[in-house]
Amino acid sequence: MSAAAPSRGQRDGLRGARTAGALAGTGRLFHFALLRDRLRIPLWAVALGGLVGYFGAVLPLAYPDQAALQTRAAILKDPSGALLSGPGYGLEHYTLGALLANEVLGMLAVAAALMSIFLVVRHTRAEEESGRAELVRAGVVGRHAPLTAALAALLVANGAVAVVLTVAMLGNGLARADSLALAAGVGAAGVVFGAAAAVTAQLSQSARGATGLAGGALGLAYLLRGIGDAQRVGGTALSWLSPIGWSQQTRAFVDLRWWPLLPAVVLAALLCLAAYLLASRRDLGAGLIAARPGPSRATRALTSPAGLVFRLERVSILSWCLGLFAFALLTGSMGQAIVDSFEARPELAAVIGGPPGGDALRAALSAFLRYFAMAVAVHVVVTVNRLRREEDSGRTALLLAAGAGRDRLMLHFLAVTLAADTLLLLAAGFGLGAGAVASVEPDARNLALEFTAASLAYLPLVSCFAALTALAYGLRTGSWWVWLILIASLLIGLYGPILRLPEALLEAEPFGLVPAVPSVPLNAGPLLLMGLTALVLLAAAVPAFRRRDLSV
Amino acid sequence: MNPVIDVQKLSKNFGAVRALDELDLRLEAGEVHGFLGPNGAGKSTTIRILLGAAKADSGTARLFGEDPWTEAVRLHRRLSYVPGDVNLWPKITGGEAIDLLVSLRGGADSRRRSDLLERFDLDPSKKTRTYSKGNRQKVALVAALASDVELLVLDEPTSGLDPLMERVFQDCVREARAAGRTVLLSSHLLAEVETLCDRVTIIRQGRTVQSGALSELRHLARAAVSVVCGKDPSGVALLPGVHDVRRDGERLLFSVEDGALPAVLEHLLPLDIRSLTSTPPTLEELFVHQYSPDAQGARS
Ligand SMILES: Nc1ncnc2c1ncn2[C@@H]1O[C@H](COP(=O)(O)OP(=O)(O)OP(=O)(O)O)[C@@H](O)[C@H]1O
Ligand SMILES: [Mg+2]
Repeated sequence: MSAAAPSRGQRDGLRGARTAGALAGTGRLFHFALLRDRLRIPLWAVALGGLVGYFGAVLPLAYPDQAALQTRAAILKDPSGALLSGPGYGLEHYTLGALLANEVLGMLAVAAALMSIFLVVRHTRAEEESGRAELVRAGVVGRHAPLTAALAALLVANGAVAVVLTVAMLGNGLARADSLALAAGVGAAGVVFGAAAAVTAQLSQSARGATGLAGGALGLAYLLRGIGDAQRVGGTALSWLSPIGWSQQTRAFVDLRWWPLLPAVVLAALLCLAAYLLASRRDLGAGLIAARPGPSRATRALTSPAGLVFRLERVSILSWCLGLFAFALLTGSMGQAIVDSFEARPELAAVIGGPPGGDALRAALSAFLRYFAMAVAVHVVVTVNRLRREEDSGRTALLLAAGAGRDRLMLHFLAVTLAADTLLLLAAGFGLGAGAVASVEPDARNLALEFTAASLAYLPLVSCFAALTALAYGLRTGSWWVWLILIASLLIGLYGPILRLPEALLEAEPFGLVPAVPSVPLNAGPLLLMGLTALVLLAAAVPAFRRRDLSV
Repeated sequence: MNPVIDVQKLSKNFGAVRALDELDLRLEAGEVHGFLGPNGAGKSTTIRILLGAAKADSGTARLFGEDPWTEAVRLHRRLSYVPGDVNLWPKITGGEAIDLLVSLRGGADSRRRSDLLERFDLDPSKKTRTYSKGNRQKVALVAALASDVELLVLDEPTSGLDPLMERVFQDCVREARAAGRTVLLSSHLLAEVETLCDRVTIIRQGRTVQSGALSELRHLARAAVSVVCGKDPSGVALLPGVHDVRRDGERLLFSVEDGALPAVLEHLLPLDIRSLTSTPPTLEELFVHQYSPDAQGARS
């Protein structure tokens, strides 16, 4: 070898001593992660800060005096109001700050958690899945550097969100310490779920699986605190099982205490530790479960596009199905508690949308069924969007070149998706009814059947969203506008009644157009119209896809 | 001198799949070593273990005499890696990707970087999303070759390159060897291996089946002989080391093991030879011979 070799070796020794170890290269990777997210992080921060700023500006107009604020507080005392928002501190003397802490903080925490889950998975498992991590780790990069860089970026992102939130609240003239606590609660929830994603990224071999697992944990956390808060004003032990509950328990703007954020810090640290431990005992790119060999021959069913889609989606479909069923069962079993609260204050039944003095249980469950239909609509948009990812990865071109035919490909995909979502609706309806049966008197036995059947009322609307997403794909406009429509519908549907939005807006909201069966009689008119709309959208989507170029 | 790469009895399982089964591999400093084997033989798995990205189940792997799993960070200062399938971050440019990869290795000579960009005819200002497969591979190649390292680990580095770029790549490898670097080159392109490599290791189903200088390996395959004689030569079929005897008109065709040729000639000489050609095995024949499942017996 050349004469330079020994000196090079010495140099290595010196440099190695300085940076050796599992964290070498973390700084560079951290900078690179921030570079990649230089738009995403500010966007999230500004969007969340803007939301708070907007509420801060608009709510004083909507609730000009204390009496108006108190009517709003009354809604929070109701279990279903508490289920969706927060523990209900300071309801006796409701203020703008208390309103933000009770009703908006949960939403913000979920948003920060989603941002964090996406961020951590993007910089860990997704990098491994794409093979880029291997290229990076072949450099002078320690085993734990990519994870550490991702966690550092996680802190930066949540820090940015917290700072912007604080500034927005201070701009609204709210108290400084309480504003800080609320923002810190949002950031803490983000960090906890980011750390949870760091763990799921070690478990699952795919980025999608890691995101799904962490997202499931987030859903569970929101549900836990929801049930806890619905049980009693101020929440119960269940609220304290949830990281989102911790953020809400700081009682910001009412009677501030900081220590509920402590468990969040501890849990985040433990999750990070678990992620490091798991990471140090696995191969790059591997999950914790080795891939099993599958069948070597395709079954007849797999050789059609529909069969292929089903094969690829079946795990995801099954997990959604089980998840929705479990949530529905839990929610349904709260039926009795809700009925009781209605008996105490009949005027509140109106909020849920049931006829005053009518069957309060059916009314409440019908409203919940609508929430589950919303979740199914989210699933349908996510799944149909998979068409785009398939195309970008070149797999669609492969199928088409093998003679699958564009129309057939799209129709098969939609057929499988709709079949799966029918299943999801039925599972949610059945779970809701069955949960309720378990909690109320025996004369409600047919509730399970009734709600299973009722869930199908949402199928035409879900089909509309499927066709709409397909149209966005066919035209390749990007799916952002479909998401915009869906999220607006969800927000109006969920928060419209408590935000007292104009009646016209509430009635135009798609989920509100579906008759709230079985608590009101089935009116087939809107359903037929939605079915027709879905067909028209589909008739536009298929030729749009046929006519355009493939991306890859 | 210590070998640069020393792998002994390396085994690795993925669940029920045995990817490596007591594999051996040895690279001396300064050599260009071909690493060959059919699809799924375990080349990439071996390389991943050598890079510390995967942990072996048993056996030893040593890089510069050290354990690549525990000493990965220190060792990676001394090597560059190019994978066969290069995936890059979609929203940055090729130049940025090169700089990132190079900086993760501890920096590079910027003159060398621009020189390589020019030779590989790569536009560094394009977004990586818009690169073709070959161009993505060039990014990894430029990043790897721009650093001053002792070892190049190349896993099918040219699977997307056109013939002109292939030639540039070959020049780069020759320069690397001239500069005293060691190269591990996994490839399915036999012509590439033949022109570049001093020694090769052939593996199959996770085991090393042959390792040595190319010239030595040639001896392991059979020469093809075609002969026309005045008298009937079909008696050669009975000689040891003669195989696949068949007739083509007046010609007799057969293959001969390396050591059996003198005896064959001795047998043929009295038979009034009119024409005789003996063709040494091409590299391709050598590999087909080694790769095929029925070569099992021939290797012992
Ligand atoms: N992550 C993994 N999980 C399960 N099996 C794997 C994994 N990685 C590799 N294998 C298996 O290990 C064996 C060796 O694979 P490897 O990628 O090393 O082959 P290779 O020699 O590089 O092949 P090629 O020439 O096609 O690149 C194959 O049987 C492969 O299926
Ligand atoms: Mg390989």
